[in-house]
Amino acid sequence: MSDGAAKKSSRTIKVDYLARVEGESALRVRLRGDRVEDVKLEIFEPPRLFEAFLRGRHFSEAPDITARICGICPIAYQMSAVHALERALGIVIDPAVRALRRLFYCGEWIESHALHVFLLHAPDFLGCQDAFEMARDHRAVVEQGLRIKKIGNHLVTVMGGREIHPISAAVGGFYRVPGPRELTALVEDLKWARDASIEAARLVAGFEFPDFEQDYEFVALSHPDEYPINEGRLVSNLGLDIDAGEFEDHFIERHVKHSNALQAQLRRRGSYLVGPLARFNLNFQKLPQVARQAAEDCGLALPCRNPFRSILVRLIEIVFACDEALRIIEAYEPPSAPLIEAAPRAGAGVAVTEAPRGILYHRYEIDQKGLIQAAKIIPPTSQNQKRIEEDLWRLVPQFLDRPQEEVTWRCEQAIRNYDPCISCSTHFLKLHLEREEDPPWGDLSGGAGLQPGHEA
Amino acid sequence: MIIGIGTETGGDDAAGLAVARRLREWGVEALDYSGEVLGLMDLWEGAASVILVDAMRSGKPPGAIVVLDAGHAPLAGEEFPISTHGLGLFETLALAAELDRLPARVVIYGLEGRNFEPGGDMSPEVLAAVEEAARRIAREVAGCTNPG
Repeated sequence: MSDGAAKKSSRTIKVDYLARVEGESALRVRLRGDRVEDVKLEIFEPPRLFEAFLRGRHFSEAPDITARICGICPIAYQMSAVHALERALGIVIDPAVRALRRLFYCGEWIESHALHVFLLHAPDFLGCQDAFEMARDHRAVVEQGLRIKKIGNHLVTVMGGREIHPISAAVGGFYRVPGPRELTALVEDLKWARDASIEAARLVAGFEFPDFEQDYEFVALSHPDEYPINEGRLVSNLGLDIDAGEFEDHFIERHVKHSNALQAQLRRRGSYLVGPLARFNLNFQKLPQVARQAAEDCGLALPCRNPFRSILVRLIEIVFACDEALRIIEAYEPPSAPLIEAAPRAGAGVAVTEAPRGILYHRYEIDQKGLIQAAKIIPPTSQNQKRIEEDLWRLVPQFLDRPQEEVTWRCEQAIRNYDPCISCSTHFLKLHLEREEDPPWGDLSGGAGLQPGHEA
Repeated sequence: MIIGIGTETGGDDAAGLAVARRLREWGVEALDYSGEVLGLMDLWEGAASVILVDAMRSGKPPGAIVVLDAGHAPLAGEEFPISTHGLGLFETLALAAELDRLPARVVIYGLEGRNFEPGGDMSPEVLAAVEEAARRIAREVAGCTNPG
């Protein structure tokens, strides 16, 4: 917007990525002249529907039901569910079962991150419109990504009994555990995937990243000895250090008018960031040497506050996940007690695990018959939602003199940095640009488009 | 190869799985697939011909059946919005074509759904469409003499 007349009119950037799903998920950025007037990210959020579906069901059904919430990260949902229910039932699992769950989760990190890095995020940096264009212009990179993803899928299949919506995980352990040979058969592929991810990280390090350092509060699990996956305290770079059981004392959820999703915020502090960038910054020293070296080789220094560099961090986490899977397989002995059957009892339990996109909170209350009375699920995307909006508040002014198409593309990119699981269609955003003289939402005062730094 | 796509507890989203189940009852081999659609590329590897069955939401009346040949008309990508899938079905088909990983023949049966809520039942119109689609597919493939 360069002339005075234009500055008087409002401009709306509207990104409808889920017009196909429910018709209500979209990004709207409204500009008036050189000012951002409002940012609204609308999210359709399936987990809310599942909370109701879970009520009245037996606790043993929860892993299977929650696995259906997301086709990309079913194991994350299963793992948070089983850990929370085990807390409610007082079950202490065999350490070998815990190692197997970690291995299971590594498979999901590999496949989910590979999908995002190679097919959804890389096209942004390579000047490709989408994955097809990328397949045409950078076929070898796409093929490499698909092969890494397939190796993650394979690990999940061996562990879960099925590739998608795995069925072997149970409250108390696993219905079926793999034999050592089933796991050692994966070793060569995992070594290849680890090396290929290091190679890819070197390539990605050469991408051009926008200069966009932000002052985030990073929130992730932290474990004394491990890069966090399914155990640890919840910590932040601003001093948060709590048990998962205290989650709801420190985090609140707000209904916002423009979205059927609830936005999670830290009490009295506002937005925070979860996911690879948070894990990496808070747990760098827990990464294995091979991953730390790969990070250093591609110039990833601490703290990394540029969300556009999350593509690199995801690759480092693939390196980690492959290496960790190899470590667990090498030490593997089938658990002596793969499944601990627990008598139902009334109780409540919570758990936080690290889904590929960030911390995933589950809380359950069960009655003496083992029936679920209440379920609460807070997925990573609703925790990042406010932070995504704030990134957009700050990013858009940097590009206001650019053509509208470029501003829109930058907005898309900024959203993709978070790998949001918004019904999973976000990588093929449907774009609609509008210029409007009249604000489309009427009076915004007191509305949900909060200014950056707004406190809860 | 016949693949039913969907989510078992997703109301009408289970339509593709229900068609596959019906076909198996009639002795026709059919696979189930749930979740992230990109993985279909690995599933159909080596197959010359694939029939995909999935629920769709395109504004047509519930229970409507649409049959598309991926080798012909350009794929619009608007009809299969199932929320739990990663890349959409059409995007996956297009990517597979670009990477020379699309079977020579891909036919898609789309069953228009109405209720996609978790835990919901399949709508009566969709249940009827499941029977109809299964019959049509059974007729299409060899080796099934009495498809209901």
